[in-house]
Amino acid sequence: MLKTLLAGALCALVSGASLAATDPLQVSIAYLGQQIDPGPVLSNIIPEPEDAGLQGARLAITDSNTTGRFLKQHYNLHEIEGDDPQQLVASAFDLYSRGIRFFVVNTDSDTLRSLRAALPADSLLINAGSRDDALRSNQCVDGLLHTIPSRAMLADALAQWLIMRRWSRWMLVEGSTEDDQAFAAAVKRSAQRFGGKIVAEKAWSFDTDLRRTAQKELPPFTSGTEYDVVVVADERGDFGEYLPYNTGLPRPVVGTQGLMPTGWHKMIEAWGAAQLQSRFEKQSERWMNEKDYASWAAIRSIAEAVTRTGDNSSEGVRGYLLSDNFELAAFKGRKLSFRSWSGQLRQPIALIHPRALVSSSPQEGFLHQRSELDTLGFDEPESPCQVAR
Amino acid sequence: MTIKTKLLPLMIAAALATPAAHAAKAYISNEKDDTLSVLDLNTWEVVETIDVGERPRGIALSKDHTKLYICASDSDTVQVMDLATHKIIENLPSGADPEQFALHPDNRKLYISNEDDAIVTVVDTESHEVLAQIEVGVEPEGMAVSPDGKWAVNTSETTNMLHWIDTETHELVDNTLVDQRPRHVEFREDGKLLWASSEIGGTVSVIDVESRQIIQKLNFEIKGIHPDKIQPVGVKLTADGKYAFIALGPANHVAVVDANTYEVLDYLLVGRRVWHMEFTPDKKYLLTTNGISGDVSVINVADMKVERSIKVGRYPWGVVTLAD
Repeated sequence: MLKTLLAGALCALVSGASLAATDPLQVSIAYLGQQIDPGPVLSNIIPEPEDAGLQGARLAITDSNTTGRFLKQHYNLHEIEGDDPQQLVASAFDLYSRGIRFFVVNTDSDTLRSLRAALPADSLLINAGSRDDALRSNQCVDGLLHTIPSRAMLADALAQWLIMRRWSRWMLVEGSTEDDQAFAAAVKRSAQRFGGKIVAEKAWSFDTDLRRTAQKELPPFTSGTEYDVVVVADERGDFGEYLPYNTGLPRPVVGTQGLMPTGWHKMIEAWGAAQLQSRFEKQSERWMNEKDYASWAAIRSIAEAVTRTGDNSSEGVRGYLLSDNFELAAFKGRKLSFRSWSGQLRQPIALIHPRALVSSSPQEGFLHQRSELDTLGFDEPESPCQVAR
Repeated sequence: MTIKTKLLPLMIAAALATPAAHAAKAYISNEKDDTLSVLDLNTWEVVETIDVGERPRGIALSKDHTKLYICASDSDTVQVMDLATHKIIENLPSGADPEQFALHPDNRKLYISNEDDAIVTVVDTESHEVLAQIEVGVEPEGMAVSPDGKWAVNTSETTNMLHWIDTETHELVDNTLVDQRPRHVEFREDGKLLWASSEIGGTVSVIDVESRQIIQKLNFEIKGIHPDKIQPVGVKLTADGKYAFIALGPANHVAVVDANTYEVLDYLLVGRRVWHMEFTPDKKYLLTTNGISGDVSVINVADMKVERSIKVGRYPWGVVTLAD
């Protein structure tokens, strides 16, 4: 039994790692989660789970150990969570000094940059929390990979679908936070790329309680011009939940509310996703969301690299993840891989409303010379990043 | 139904008198309708729709062709249907979420993939006893038992391995790492080679059973279809060992492969999201289940042409055929 298992492991061994006759190959991964207070919001009925991300990481470790058993590989997770960025950086550095080189990071982009600056270059960081477009375009971070979709990918996925439906006149309604502005900027970029027209742009700054007055306030606010859809940019869910059915014209609401682009959602069930969903729900007693999926994909990617190469060094794993050999089956109907320029995981984006999957982008007909998946987000010519260097 | 049972002796007499397989049938599991469609292979019409457990997927005949085993995945059971009456007569303890299974040549040991629990359950179909539960990789899916009964091979979709189970000891003795998301395994009739499809990897591996090593890897290429959408699932080999048919999922084609040179000879356009396949009892036709279009395509094996398609239930998944 032992002999055959080892033979399997040796077959998979291509480079680097030493393999003692009895000890399993250890792969230690840190999960760094920043709990961010979104501030008070008007729509607070369904709170976001506090362990979004972490539960996905835990499931990926379980999945990887089931596989690792057959190859004598063992995966373990070090969980660090907190709301103080400095404390997170200190904890991460402490883990580094204890030999950990893999970090799955679910924080905002500022904390992510601090982490990268604090951790020596031989640590591999995978961003599973920040959708910040700058990290994939003009403010790249050396060696950083991303499994969570960027805002540009989400907006492009939505834009392709709107264009396919021939709903090209958009009223853009945006909240006042930096994140809302960033999402609005991504929507404007997508409009330009795919031929959407922003016919009106409105800033939401009222501070009325919309649970009482949505019917009165919102129709006039979204009137005055002809449009096909209202695109809302309200990332923390302050007012956007009240827009559907309260628009001045009888039109759909899309964006951060209404029809939403997302990396993952309960409504995804095809391509074997039902199995992942039910494993997750059994473990976590709640639905799997985009943050969970991003952390899951980050750890599964590391494990896939170790499985295929038998190498548990951060350099070895990073090299394999950015090579043409890497492919990840991740319940989205096609293989996923990392973009060599921005380190972003290529992936289809689901368009959902809370009770159904409406579509999945890229839409048919949006072509690309390399992969249609590269029609979503910052493509190589649009990004000066060179993380694979 | 009762009339049919009463008539049975007469029908047997009739069948004996005219040995031509006039009432050959296909049974197709409809994953999203919780039914089986019964297709008359003479008239090519659906003659009956049978209610079964929730989310029926893998189906298999008993070796004596008197019973049909049905993986009712969401009912967490393997149902046993009497083929004479079309009644569910038993539920086997299958473990949770059974998806696919394979019956040992002894007609007793049933090897069941339990997708949610990463195990293979072995059930005695006569005593209903669970003989063993074997831990395998994440999301066990495909199952096959070698013609000599020595090996049960299971594929795990997220671990990306073929797990080799010794049917004497029920120990997992070896693993073969293949491309992403292995879905289905099929032994050649002589038991020397095993074909394994990798859905997301887009390849089919041919494995030498003795060494359990990959000896050949097949790739597919269809003009106008993105390589990522070519996703091999079902595999069928002709009994004469000449051809292999590979169902390519969302590419909506079945590849015809020379099983000796491994050359892809043709791609046949079938329904949407082609899943699994089975030959008719006379081996003249190959039936394919097409999940999204909800139909069955009929391929004429002699001239390698798709002759017709027949509407069945929602998301047809598995298919078996039966000479009557």
